[in-house]
Amino acid sequence: MAENEATTAYQSNTHKQQLGRFKSTKFKENFAGYMFVAPMLIGTTVLIIIPIFIALAVSFTDWVFISGFQSANFVGLENFKTMAQDAPFIQSVVNNIWLILAVPLTMALSLVLAVVINKNVYFKGFFKVIYFMPYISSIVAIAIVFQLLFHPSYGPINEFLMSIGIDNPPKWLADSDWALVSVIIITVWTSIGFNLIIYLAGLQNIPADLYEAAEMDGASAWVKFKNITVPMLSPTTFFLLITGIIYSFKSFELIVVLTEGGPGYSTSVIVYYLYEQAFENLKSGYASAIAITLLGMLLVITAIQWIGQKKWVNY
Amino acid sequence: MNRLRRLNAKKVIITIIMFAIGLLFLMPFIWMLSASLKAETNVFSYPIEWIPSDWKWDNYRRVWFGEQPFILYYWNSIKVTVLTTLLSVTVSAMAAYGFSKIHFKGRNALFLIVLATFLIPAQAILVPQFMMYRVLNLFDTHLGLILLNSFSVLGTFLLRQFFSSIQDDYIDAAKMDGASHFTIFYKVVVPMMIPAISTYAILRFIWTWNDYQGPLIFLRSDHLSTIQLAIERFSTSSGELYSLIMAGSVSAILPLIIIFIIGQKYVIEGIARGGVKG
Repeated sequence: MAENEATTAYQSNTHKQQLGRFKSTKFKENFAGYMFVAPMLIGTTVLIIIPIFIALAVSFTDWVFISGFQSANFVGLENFKTMAQDAPFIQSVVNNIWLILAVPLTMALSLVLAVVINKNVYFKGFFKVIYFMPYISSIVAIAIVFQLLFHPSYGPINEFLMSIGIDNPPKWLADSDWALVSVIIITVWTSIGFNLIIYLAGLQNIPADLYEAAEMDGASAWVKFKNITVPMLSPTTFFLLITGIIYSFKSFELIVVLTEGGPGYSTSVIVYYLYEQAFENLKSGYASAIAITLLGMLLVITAIQWIGQKKWVNY
Repeated sequence: MNRLRRLNAKKVIITIIMFAIGLLFLMPFIWMLSASLKAETNVFSYPIEWIPSDWKWDNYRRVWFGEQPFILYYWNSIKVTVLTTLLSVTVSAMAAYGFSKIHFKGRNALFLIVLATFLIPAQAILVPQFMMYRVLNLFDTHLGLILLNSFSVLGTFLLRQFFSSIQDDYIDAAKMDGASHFTIFYKVVVPMMIPAISTYAILRFIWTWNDYQGPLIFLRSDHLSTIQLAIERFSTSSGELYSLIMAGSVSAILPLIIIFIIGQKYVIEGIARGGVKG
């Protein structure tokens, strides 16, 4: 406190002096600013922004990686037309849409857990740690252990289901009808921790007197949850929704290790299909067209959410 | 008095219920650990043998000193992770300082551009990155892998959130004393922000250690493999040796769990703060 006062006094003394040097200060300030952000900006430009433009250019060609770039031809929108007819690609888009379902599901479960943990349990810190463990663990290790847990004939999950009288439990990852469900279950399991932590932090910011006032009016726990907690948390919910959906389009590692998009294309997602086209079939042109389409989709989805937030987010 | 006791009983019951739900989150880890110490024939025995009847510590010896050079993979992971963390923390802290405490022309526009790159899935630019890496001779090198993860939007964003909370008075006072931004950065801001920087360093460590996609695409030589890549290959090539695969997986996640438990306060607070204020 005393330190701050001293600073302010010091500032006003030197104020005049500062005005005189304003011009050179301004230049120094700009120069320092650019120096500090330069490494980040150069890195981002070289590793992200330039590649986007290259991807855009390549997406209009029929380039196949092994044949060298000289042999590539300009094909206009051909790749994009192919995409519209490409059944595995369309299936991957549909799977991505199903995967988005994991986002609100995770958020709802996390919200309930957060509200309960926030006020009603002992060892709050302990619960934060255990729910958060899947989030910090390697996806490779998680995928490998779930392959075994979900093993159709002797995995512990099916052994358990059979022991409680379900004779024909699903074959999970081996069954094309259940594989995507299994992926969603694992995704929810790994992301609850993150959502829970963010919701718990959001709950700390709700003023306690709102609840006290509601209690004086005799509001039930449900009414308080519905009329205070949910609306007050809407900025947090918006943040989790928007980042959750972006992340759901990025889920690649889990799919590669867990299912390689299979059985068939039942768990393929856009980024997995893109990877397969680019690095297994070496169709660089086509893969780039998929990349550009994906970027377009993300831009549109994000824009819709930004516009929609005005209707339901209370700031 | 009576009422107080009843409320506590309610809290105890809820704690027990939440612990039961929490077990769902712990069980796969416990199962993994337990399977890694069992004889192969007992891995799938049902009812689950949570505590191995016959402790097979030998599984770990077979993984670590078997045909695969696990120690080398581990060393590769440590090297890549530590160097990426150091570089990324430096780059992000500098950018965060520039974007929060220096008033230069075009600051907000540049920050917005950096922030917008968060939208871009890494997979969408793999093909051009791969081409560039081959041209620049960064393909199949650890340096390439380190550079790939060192320019983090999330890191810059998170640290900027923290740095914004520093009062401008401190910086103005130091400027009056004739200190340059560089001096202010490493003599005033960095020491004040050690907790925030530790938060990001731990997160970056965890993310890089767990990275599978980077090594999968940008490394080819076996002797450069990181632990994640090695574990995945090991699990595909070892077929039915599940106890060994589990021992490998435990080895891959154990360092992280230890780091997380030590730094959990920083990690959880950092995530909460970076998220909510966004």
